[in-house]
Amino acid sequence: MKINLALAQINTQLGMVERNLEQHLQLIQQARQMGADLVVFPELSLTGYVLQDLTPAVAHAPVPEDPIFRKLFEESRGIDIAVGFVDEDSRHRFFIAAAYISKGTLVHVHHKLYLPTYGLFDEGRFFAWGDHVSAFDTRFGRMGMLICEDFWHASPPYLLWLDGADVFLFMSASPGRGLNARPQLESARWVEQLNQAYASLFTAFVAHSNRVGYEDGLNFWGGSTIFDPDGNLLIKAKYHQEELVMAELDLNQLHRTRARLPLLRDERTALVQRELDRILHHSSQMNR
Amino acid sequence: MDNVDLAIDTDLARQILSGFIKTELHRAGYEHAVVGLSGGIDSALSCYLAAEALGPQNVLAVRMPYKSSSADSLEHAQMVIDDLGVPATTIPITDLVEPLFQHDPQMSSLRRGNIMARARMIVLYDQSEVFKGLVIGTGNKTEILLGYTTLYGDSACALNPLGDLYKTQVRQLARAMGVPEPILTKPPTADLWKGQTDEGELGFTYAEVDKLLYLLVDQRYSPQDCIEAGFSTGFVNKVVEKIRRSHFKRVLPPIAKLSNRTVGYDFLYLRDWGT
Repeated sequence: MKINLALAQINTQLGMVERNLEQHLQLIQQARQMGADLVVFPELSLTGYVLQDLTPAVAHAPVPEDPIFRKLFEESRGIDIAVGFVDEDSRHRFFIAAAYISKGTLVHVHHKLYLPTYGLFDEGRFFAWGDHVSAFDTRFGRMGMLICEDFWHASPPYLLWLDGADVFLFMSASPGRGLNARPQLESARWVEQLNQAYASLFTAFVAHSNRVGYEDGLNFWGGSTIFDPDGNLLIKAKYHQEELVMAELDLNQLHRTRARLPLLRDERTALVQRELDRILHHSSQMNR
Repeated sequence: MDNVDLAIDTDLARQILSGFIKTELHRAGYEHAVVGLSGGIDSALSCYLAAEALGPQNVLAVRMPYKSSSADSLEHAQMVIDDLGVPATTIPITDLVEPLFQHDPQMSSLRRGNIMARARMIVLYDQSEVFKGLVIGTGNKTEILLGYTTLYGDSACALNPLGDLYKTQVRQLARAMGVPEPILTKPPTADLWKGQTDEGELGFTYAEVDKLLYLLVDQRYSPQDCIEAGFSTGFVNKVVEKIRRSHFKRVLPPIAKLSNRTVGYDFLYLRDWGT
């Protein structure tokens, strides 16, 4: 089976959900015309990133009654869509969230697990921490979604892998930082290394959709990528420019790579569980 | 400390900074920019970046000489104007500042320098209204960290493309963008009085202090780590103290909190809110 996966590397308007939705709808249509089966938008693609006190004002629930999501549901009849948004749960907690929508219905919602609250980041001040991570079935097989800082930690991709994800969808609003003599920002280099490493370690497809543009002094560097189960780069969008890119994912590559390199088959999950249990419960030394 | 490398990829810096000027200016609803050209490297670089971002016709270069300003300053500013083809105007500040100077014949160079820097701010912000353009800042990371700037004077601007580049890096980018050679090679000076140079006044060179600042700020070295890396104790202490004492120049004046929601503490929005 082959799927055409598009990455919508967009800029957003800060706090302007309806205007961002218009842009989403245009790009969804464009992706469909290109023959895409799935289009993946960046983190907080409907709202912008540094929301601060705008957070409660831009929250939406991914339900058909919601005016924003209703349109996305309608558009998803011909193409699957992954978007970033602010989710408000029934207890009025706000999450950085990603929704996977297909054939007019919501397939999965992921709440960001790791909220960076250090350096230039202040997410933990405004958002609630997601508390679940699971893979989900799509018409193209089982996938997993993570948002930016989630995959700076090794455990969420690992858990998704064990939960059956063969295609990883990573969504970011990654601020560029670390200018040095290289032609690539340090933050870009770091994220690309991670993506390639996950594709190799998990013999899986890893698609990363990152935004571009500026918010005050922050620049977002784009450079969205897709790596295949051999760790090869299938496609890479330009740095710092809006772009809609697409690559064909030959899912049979999973068969070929894993026949050669059975890392998943040989993964010793019972050992992991046993050792984690020992480390977390029986080792008082761990945090010294 | 010879291993401290402040080299930057100038193409990448140029792309990010010209994109920043263009985007942030347009989001604020403007098409034009105003840059005060001193004849020095920082303002020249800001002008080159603004011209690249917006097109030279959309950048107004303003020269604001005082009667004792060096002829070189005016001439070097003119080189930038000619090279870029930006519209320009020259508004001397002598008549603005002299009455205040004459009010106190004992006035120190520091006071006179601050008054001139603030007079130039008044002229620039007035031209901002005339040209319908935002004032582009020229302060670099070195002078911001050392506090080597006049508050509400040369530090005043609508946006600052250079504030995260050390002076050493400003030089690299300025060279890459084609800033004329005499501007690149002359000793940096605020030209507030005859013979003034930045390095003479500060008591150390930019090349030295940039390496130290890079370790202290970017690499989070402790002062002790810097001394162990080879910087003298006196130099490290002097610079650390300059950073601490000048911090008031880098933050907005604190508002005394009374209510449940106060600007600056818990009323938090980016300037780009809604754009």
